[in-house]
Amino acid sequence: MGKVVLVTGVARQLGGRFVRRIQRDPQVDRVVAVDAVPPEHHLGGADFIQADIRQPTIARVLAETNADTVVHMDVTGIALGSGSRTTVKETNVIGTMQLLGACQKSPTVKRLVVKSSTNVYGSAPRDPAVFTETTTPKSLPSGGFAKDAVEVEGYVRGFARRRPDVAVCVLRFANILGPTADSPLAQYFGLPVLPTVFGYDPRLQFVHEDDVIEVLRIASHDPARGTLNSGTFNIAGDGVLLLSQCSRRLGRPTVPLLLPAVTWAGSLVRTLGMTDFSPEQIRLLTHGRVVATNQMRETLGYQPKFTTAETFTDFARVRGPGLLPPEALAGAVDRIAALPFAPFPGSGGTPVTAAVTPTTAT
Amino acid sequence: MADAKVIPFDDDRSRAGASPRPSRRRGSGSSRRKGESAVVREVQPLPGRARPQDDVRVTREQQPPQQPQDQPGDRSSSSASSHGGAVGGLERRVAGGLSFLRRRLTGDYEVDDFGYDAELTDQVLMSLVRPLYEKYFRVEVKGIENIPTDGGALIVANHSGTLPLDGVMMQVAVHDNHPAGRHLRLLAADLVFMLPVVNELARKAGHTLACAEDAERLLERGELVGVMPEGFKGIGKPFSERYKLQRFGRGGFVSTALRQGAPIIPCSIVGAEEIYPMIGNAKTLARVLGFPYFPITPTFPWLGPLGALPLPTKWTIQFGEPIRTDGYPPEAAEDPMLMFNLTDQVREQIQHTLYKLLVQRRSVFF
Repeated sequence: MGKVVLVTGVARQLGGRFVRRIQRDPQVDRVVAVDAVPPEHHLGGADFIQADIRQPTIARVLAETNADTVVHMDVTGIALGSGSRTTVKETNVIGTMQLLGACQKSPTVKRLVVKSSTNVYGSAPRDPAVFTETTTPKSLPSGGFAKDAVEVEGYVRGFARRRPDVAVCVLRFANILGPTADSPLAQYFGLPVLPTVFGYDPRLQFVHEDDVIEVLRIASHDPARGTLNSGTFNIAGDGVLLLSQCSRRLGRPTVPLLLPAVTWAGSLVRTLGMTDFSPEQIRLLTHGRVVATNQMRETLGYQPKFTTAETFTDFARVRGPGLLPPEALAGAVDRIAALPFAPFPGSGGTPVTAAVTPTTAT
Repeated sequence: MADAKVIPFDDDRSRAGASPRPSRRRGSGSSRRKGESAVVREVQPLPGRARPQDDVRVTREQQPPQQPQDQPGDRSSSSASSHGGAVGGLERRVAGGLSFLRRRLTGDYEVDDFGYDAELTDQVLMSLVRPLYEKYFRVEVKGIENIPTDGGALIVANHSGTLPLDGVMMQVAVHDNHPAGRHLRLLAADLVFMLPVVNELARKAGHTLACAEDAERLLERGELVGVMPEGFKGIGKPFSERYKLQRFGRGGFVSTALRQGAPIIPCSIVGAEEIYPMIGNAKTLARVLGFPYFPITPTFPWLGPLGALPLPTKWTIQFGEPIRTDGYPPEAAEDPMLMFNLTDQVREQIQHTLYKLLVQRRSVFF
């Protein structure tokens, strides 16, 4: 008798990938994929049930399928297709409430996995540089997806209190990037010229899609020996990239704007519907956010395959070069270096090098 | 105005006057002798930053002293002859600069979790501040041997000077004088991380927010952490109260050090108090701007930007004998009495050294 896994939010790329992956696991008998709209990608033979998790029908689906593991992936920042922010918020918050209510009534559910986000920590200059799972942020997110995530986690905590027999795992993912990522940050990095906040260089952390799928899989199964997969975990790749580094590695020039101008431009862009440049996104791109992943390594027992930098490289590879490809810049510098005695009589590169070189390194 | 050195010893709190060296109560016999020799030792001008480098690495005979010695592999080319060495050195510098430029332009460098950019700090930021350190304030460093070669340690210093130049100078002092070239990771006020540009530079230079979480994380990684527990009370105090240590916060730095078992190194900085003699505080303006204080100096608002130029005082930075914290049981960090005692011990040691250095000082500017 294998497991029956119910996955929500399968119409998105990430949900679809997870459904296809977990089906191949031997201990899984059946995968029930749920979303309000039919997915465009194939689900590898999983049973797709079109149900809106904001409606009580989800309770019936849960009861009929006798699911014992529920993976809630329908907590997202941006709408699928042409949905509005209101729809997204309702799906995030009301959908989670309905789903948790259904789980509470179901006698078969043994395990609940919720995809959350490190957005719950917010981003503020008064916060410690590195967030652990127990850090209480100085300023809670005021709105947008971050607030949704905070509320979702609150409901999940309430559920865990009422159903102590269900193993609950909340996974706080850093910014998810990868070849098929459709997160707001991925959209931001797709802009030809990156608007940044003048005078701030935020620290960013990324997690690769492959790692996301693996962590979700680990959390959905029984824990391996010596590990524990219920609780709250930060999931992020090793290391940190600054936004300036990201733009240089991506080859996209930045336009530093004053903070009020960025806020104004963000709201303008949002109104035009070009991209979701929400206030909390601007806060992330101002102050940055880094989380500690010791719990993921030690308790959950997972070592991410991609570091933050490798994740970004993989993402940049798919996106293609920007206006200033790093290879071209490197080639230009190499050509200056190759010129015999060219840098000496005050050519273009000399002032910079002269300013840099007289320092002695450690 | 320049008579700051005649502060009487009994000006300190009564307990400090009662016994000549109450701060050394805990020290064992051997460490006590060592500490006294470190403190009382006569003032000897420390060499600039060229000397320690000579000590570390044997330079080739014809190598000009200003040549960078960063890549050990490059050194073979410089020993050909004096002429060839000079040309090779210039070429090497240009090549090094170009490869630096290449790495920066393509984003191919590393930063740590706190945003510390070691390469940028070493190559650019430090060398921007170094003229100020060497030529303007002529910082003299004593007791650098009190800083361990590796492992975590907490340097606790007095804070003064209206603008936190003392922290920056301390960072350069540690890096340029310590034989291991250690980097000081300073803990800064949250105001630093709210201001644009300032926060970016502070993060890249390795500073982070003054909170227990960050300090502990840094100490855990074996970093050298610098803290100025007086905070705004110290840096924004009026000129009339110069060299009088303010309250040391709530002693959070002690419990952090206790929890990590890291030694506390008291550090006394003389000279920073007089760079901007703060004779007034425009409180209303400060409140409007959101700053903790708005300084009025004899020159500052009156001469405009020229008034923002610090006075060229002569600085002395003395690192004192480390106070060990690894001998305490783990629950000691929760003991408020011990925490207050240790805080007082550190504070009195710094205050005492300050008075000593002030007595030894010939003048504010020389």
